[in-house]
Amino acid sequence: MKRSTLSVLVSAVLLVALPVTAMAATEIQFWHAMTAVLGERVSDIATKFNASQSEYVVKAINKGTYAEALNAAVAAYRAKQPPHIVQVYEVGTQTMLSSGAVYPVYQLMKDNGITIDWNDLIGPVKSYYSTGGNLYSMAFNSSTPILFYNKDLFKKAGLPDRAPTTWDEIEATAKKLHAAGVKCAYSSAWPSWVLVENMHAYHDQPFSDHANGFDGLATSLKINGPFGVKMMELLARGAKEGWFTYGGRANKAEALMTAGECGIFTTSSAYIGNLARASEGKFTWSTGFLPRLAGYPQGNSIIGGATLWVMKGAKPEEYKGVAQFFKYVASTENQAWWAGVTGYLPLTNAAAKALEASGHYTKNPNQKTAVNQMNSGKNTPNSQGIRLGNFTSIRDAIEEQMEHIFSGNKTAKQGLDDAVAKSNEILKEFAALYK
Amino acid sequence: MKRTVFRNRWLPWALVAPQLAVTIVFFFWPAFDSVRLSLYRASPFGDRMIFVGTGNFERLLADPAYFRSIGTSFLFSALVTVVGLAVALLLASLANAKIRGLAIYRTLLLWPYGIAPAIAGVIWLFIFHPSFGVLPYVLSFVTAYQFNWFLKGWVALILIVVAAIWKQFGYNLAFYLAGLQAIPGSVLEAASVDGAGPIRRFFAITFPLLSPVTFFLFTLNMTFSFFETFGLVHAVTQGGPGDATSILVFRAWKDGFEGLQLGYSAAQSVILMLLVIALTAVQFRFAEKKVTY
Amino acid sequence: MASTSPVASAGAVATAELASRLPAARRRDLSGVIAHAILVASVFVLAFPLYYAFVISTQTLDEVTSLPPKLVPSTNLAQNYADAWARVKMGRLLLNSAIVALAVAVGKIAISLLSAFAIVYFNFRGKQFVFWTIFITLMMPVPVRIVSTYQVISVLGWIDTYWGLTVPLMASATGTFLFRQFFQTIPDSLAEAAQLDGAGPLRFLWSFLLPLSKANIAALFVILFVYGWNDYLWPLIVTNRPEMRTAVIGIDSLIPRTSQLPEWNVAMAAAMMVLLPPVVVIVVMQRWFVKGLIETEK
Repeated sequence: MKRSTLSVLVSAVLLVALPVTAMAATEIQFWHAMTAVLGERVSDIATKFNASQSEYVVKAINKGTYAEALNAAVAAYRAKQPPHIVQVYEVGTQTMLSSGAVYPVYQLMKDNGITIDWNDLIGPVKSYYSTGGNLYSMAFNSSTPILFYNKDLFKKAGLPDRAPTTWDEIEATAKKLHAAGVKCAYSSAWPSWVLVENMHAYHDQPFSDHANGFDGLATSLKINGPFGVKMMELLARGAKEGWFTYGGRANKAEALMTAGECGIFTTSSAYIGNLARASEGKFTWSTGFLPRLAGYPQGNSIIGGATLWVMKGAKPEEYKGVAQFFKYVASTENQAWWAGVTGYLPLTNAAAKALEASGHYTKNPNQKTAVNQMNSGKNTPNSQGIRLGNFTSIRDAIEEQMEHIFSGNKTAKQGLDDAVAKSNEILKEFAALYK
Repeated sequence: MKRTVFRNRWLPWALVAPQLAVTIVFFFWPAFDSVRLSLYRASPFGDRMIFVGTGNFERLLADPAYFRSIGTSFLFSALVTVVGLAVALLLASLANAKIRGLAIYRTLLLWPYGIAPAIAGVIWLFIFHPSFGVLPYVLSFVTAYQFNWFLKGWVALILIVVAAIWKQFGYNLAFYLAGLQAIPGSVLEAASVDGAGPIRRFFAITFPLLSPVTFFLFTLNMTFSFFETFGLVHAVTQGGPGDATSILVFRAWKDGFEGLQLGYSAAQSVILMLLVIALTAVQFRFAEKKVTY
Repeated sequence: MASTSPVASAGAVATAELASRLPAARRRDLSGVIAHAILVASVFVLAFPLYYAFVISTQTLDEVTSLPPKLVPSTNLAQNYADAWARVKMGRLLLNSAIVALAVAVGKIAISLLSAFAIVYFNFRGKQFVFWTIFITLMMPVPVRIVSTYQVISVLGWIDTYWGLTVPLMASATGTFLFRQFFQTIPDSLAEAAQLDGAGPLRFLWSFLLPLSKANIAALFVILFVYGWNDYLWPLIVTNRPEMRTAVIGIDSLIPRTSQLPEWNVAMAAAMMVLLPPVVVIVVMQRWFVKGLIETEK
């Protein structure tokens, strides 16, 4: 009797104790918006992290597009079940900052006793996502726009094998390409990001007041000044004369370059991977810096892409795992690997040097263009980045007006004025929420 | 009308309970919540909810872009409905003869109804594609005009109108055929004996007799083009270029789910609600009058 | 159905004799030929885009991007379809669509039958309230309440679940409306006879009404299946994980929009696979579909 009671007791204790001691690894939910090849790379880095230790398991889940992933995070947060990490596109930065729902990265790392050399982050990458020198979200996939050109089409038009460096050169080159029968002499993807946001920062022109939103919530855009108007007039002329082909919003226009139809093209440096695959055996191409407009000062191009934000509402031991994951991702070795396989900018100078040293850039010189462009620019308050509330709606408003300008419905000044008016209204709505 | 009923106290409630439950939870609760949300300015994460009363509505009604969207929606719906029905009616009239194999034709015409508007849109998107599409290619032999729907709003609108009409066409045609077949031939023959030409016969007799069918198809096509074409716009034009194809339902979705302006989007939903109520009220009134059992 | 006026009926009788004397034969032949011609042309015009999509789905990437467009199927069919299947995990997508379509169709038919039956064949307190509560839903399709329905679903924890995908689509009254209209056309004598026979209400529903409603049920099944399979807005909102998406939105990533290769051949292969099931349902059930709809459109 006694023995069986004892065995029952022992079994009972074991039954209760076992689940506690044979603890499963803490799960970290990481919601992202990368698909296809990039999605695989995200899964890879999560797998590598999981394999490198046994306390935490990062589950990388694709939640659709950037907008969809953000929505999912918002809904989950409202339902009190947020993911630990969510990848948010750069235009969502102000939304995240104002939300009160995020756990700043610098704070997270500090609380968990992990030191990262924040000063080694590449300038524009760091500044976009920092406030008061402190990093709020973890840079993950950053890119910047650069110029691409189709060598074969250049040859066909009798042009030297060299990337045009100024807008005057672009015009001249594109005109020759157009005359030689090239369907799309010059085009660009991400119309607002490349041709308005980046052009302003690249020439040290303000995009909005309050230092582009870094100095307090922005209230008014400044893109309808002389510089902005001159840029749009140039492009409107190009559209009319046929040497500039508008290819749609977001990165729709990349299809034209992929198809080998474009002579000159400006878009995100992240396009390199896809272009390399698509053009293999079909045409050759190379890269260059973004073109400059004569008579304006030197600034720098700004970051695009997305970063990883940590959401409030999880347990301390889970945050420990998040911090460990970020430490892993930010290590020089992993940054060099990530940048190497994706074409995104390496996060730190150390990683860039490692890529250089490993000969990666010698084999893939085009991947270095973006790094070189950022390093040769001048970091000014106007090129830190842009932080606007409801930035998605604002970009929409700007691109809508750009379409009117390019199709000849409105003059450059009129279109830009309308864009500013609409955007200011959107900014006002946002500010009213947080007054 | 006398109706035989069963006497039972609790059974009817048990029978309607599932429908009621689903309706209350997934219809009334969200509908009321929509109305409530439309009165607020809400931050995406829900940390700020500021009561603004009619503020969102005022903002909508003061925005010329919103009126353009209303115009686009009505234009799109009118084109899909009127052109779709007119062509279907015309062809049905010409095809209305005592022929064999009508059932087979019906099968061969109805199947596009099963294609999702988004997929119909993608197929037409490819047909209209400026670089690879067969339509611009064929047209390039006729004119040098660039039918680039990335830039030209009216081309984009035509694209989605064509895709929508194509999808609905067989359905409209089938109904008109059935309606026409139900008209006794003797009526028309009587009229022709009286000396009425074919066109006169059509407008004096056929068309009025078809009015219930026309009305039914009209309501159906309007509702379809107002609401169910969301997928078409989302998959093909995303409301562009500019806002040329930004129909009301797409706008409401975009402002809510991409712009994260929940109160503003809810206000748009409320206005859509009022529009549908008006449409449905008209339909009910008309249908109850015209229908005889 | 069109109602014939008494005048027309009289006229019909009077001219029957006249009509038999007219040389109708030749006229009928010509109008028959025209009718066939029109219908055949319509069938071709309607079918061409689908045929063209099929042709594209059999081409290689090179063929897709080269002009002039070819109109004859090519040889890459197996590869394209295999690619499309693998890339978006089509098996899972099709399964999800099938679950949603079937659940919505069957579920909605079931609850509509029950509530229409209750509304037509019972007098109970609050009947008017129930009637209007249900019918008011006809006035507000899903797009109108998307934001709030989404909030409700998140609170219920139904995001990325089959419940979330299917149940909200059953909230509207179209089925109840259809059955109500139909039940009202059934003569009272049937119900009376059943009652005299001692049949209770449920027995009446099962043994009498259900068999009579076959055409309507079939029609509604087709409509709801197609609707559930093709619905775009709701699954887009309520699912985030790729493996919970339905087929029509799951193939979105295959549509070459931007920097991807213009692999329209793979996109069309996917489109063909996705549009086939509802089209097959329509083709197979079209007889009842049309019959049921035309009757209930009355």
